[in-house]
Amino acid sequence: MVTGNRYRALNSLPESAFHDGKLLYTFDQLNTHYAWDCGVAIGEYLAKLREGIIIGATCSHCHRTMVPPRLFCEYCFRPIKNFIPLQDTGTILTFSLCYVTWDVQRIEIPEIPAVIAIDGASENHGILHKIGEVDPHAVHIGMRVKAVWKTPEERSGDITDILYFRPE
Amino acid sequence: MGLRKVAVVGAGMTQFVRRAQETPRELVFKAVRAALDSCELSIKDIDAVCLGTAPDTFDGVHMNGEYLSDGAGAFGKPYIRSYVGGGTGVFVPIQGWYHVASGLFDLVLVVAEEKMSSYYPHAQGAFLTIFDHTTERPLKPNLLWIFALEMNRYMSTYGITKEEIAQVSVLHKRNAADHPAALLGDKNITVKDVLDSEVLAWPVQRLDVSPVSDGAVAIILASEHVARRITDKPIWIEGVGWSLDTAYWTNRDLAYPRYVEVAARMAYEMAGIKEPRKEIHIAEPYDPFDYKALHHIEGLQLADRGKAIELYLSGSARRDGNLPICPSGGLLGVGNPIAAAGLMKIAELFWQLRGEADKRQVAGSPQKGIAQAWGDLMQVGTVVIMGK
Repeated sequence: MVTGNRYRALNSLPESAFHDGKLLYTFDQLNTHYAWDCGVAIGEYLAKLREGIIIGATCSHCHRTMVPPRLFCEYCFRPIKNFIPLQDTGTILTFSLCYVTWDVQRIEIPEIPAVIAIDGASENHGILHKIGEVDPHAVHIGMRVKAVWKTPEERSGDITDILYFRPE
Repeated sequence: MGLRKVAVVGAGMTQFVRRAQETPRELVFKAVRAALDSCELSIKDIDAVCLGTAPDTFDGVHMNGEYLSDGAGAFGKPYIRSYVGGGTGVFVPIQGWYHVASGLFDLVLVVAEEKMSSYYPHAQGAFLTIFDHTTERPLKPNLLWIFALEMNRYMSTYGITKEEIAQVSVLHKRNAADHPAALLGDKNITVKDVLDSEVLAWPVQRLDVSPVSDGAVAIILASEHVARRITDKPIWIEGVGWSLDTAYWTNRDLAYPRYVEVAARMAYEMAGIKEPRKEIHIAEPYDPFDYKALHHIEGLQLADRGKAIELYLSGSARRDGNLPICPSGGLLGVGNPIAAAGLMKIAELFWQLRGEADKRQVAGSPQKGIAQAWGDLMQVGTVVIMGK
């Protein structure tokens, strides 16, 4: 079908070449170990998660309360000094029922990622997390949810100290 | 502004395929050779080269631009690689444009390449590091999540149904059946096929998504006096715009791409376009997912918020309609080798405005077209307006 001098045909490799082993297969392992700094604001966020508290940051100029917290307001471009505790409840802004892994393997019981607007933060200010303890088909935008925390002993100062959010 | 006029004088592309046996460098060479041949130039005529390719991760090669440079004929010339995620394919011609508009160069080669198949087992893995390493990656997100979350928010905000959105996929894949380089053209696809396809991350189903692809596209840009020596049908780059939104993507309303609006307004102002819905005759919005085409048509101000679907339902979006959308077949039909897919839209406008789009030629005598791409954490908008 490729015609004319403006298009160039390619040599296409069929998927069967993988199954038939008709390939030179090289395995290479990249060194991808990192010691990331979480930063000052997210460091505080994680420390408070360990205590079972979600914190946000308020800009003294535009009065926006944002979560996750940050050291500067990207709109006003001013530093932020105020971190305040928010609720561990919120509203689902959007969600998905995900039936595949990153390498597109099927999963039977869907994962339910969602953006959850956290009570106490400004409008439409949410975080990415997951929804659990719910019939997937009952999840809807606008649904009220509450964080389900690990026990204090299990918490490590990580976003996964919240296991998931469940219907309130 | 003291800027020189810039014309597109040639374009060429490889086929888009699922797995090319050619190396990334060979893909680039083939597209560049096709573009040079289309306007009877040699690589020696080219003053500078701009290359676009998305993440290094696909090829597993650090500083991929340097690796690809030989295929682009770039050695011994001023050369730069740009990368703004999925927006790259429409950004790299903007970069080429300012190379020429500034007066620095008269003939610039612009090439975009992507080989996604090397990343094994699935190209989606290359995007896992797009998420925040502390607050998001521990949740083990995959790339489909952000599209599914955005699509659901878009549908719910405006009350648009899956059945309606499937019309986008159907039109684009049908259009692609007329494209000689297309991977997924299908004359007979129906809304039912889309709705019956495998659910990946609801509301996203298999046929709502563009395919992982390999391919490359190249165009040649020229200053006015040089363009007139090369062709009697130059197509002018009349406006460009690009813009970025905050990376805190969970803190903004995903129903509307305001960064596309900012980029579009910049381009319209430069092109002197006051009423885009009347003055734009062809639109090639970025369509890696079917809802994204609608989202972007609204950002481009070609429809009111939540109303882009009406262009499809009324038939306006067809090649014989008032505002043909993705007459190429778009990413959904031609394929989505990321950076190359964006530049394919620029090549399509070039061929359409010259009346050389063969079976894909839109009705009438289109005077102006717009192409747009998008990328990163739903935050990059890149826009180019072209005219006769």
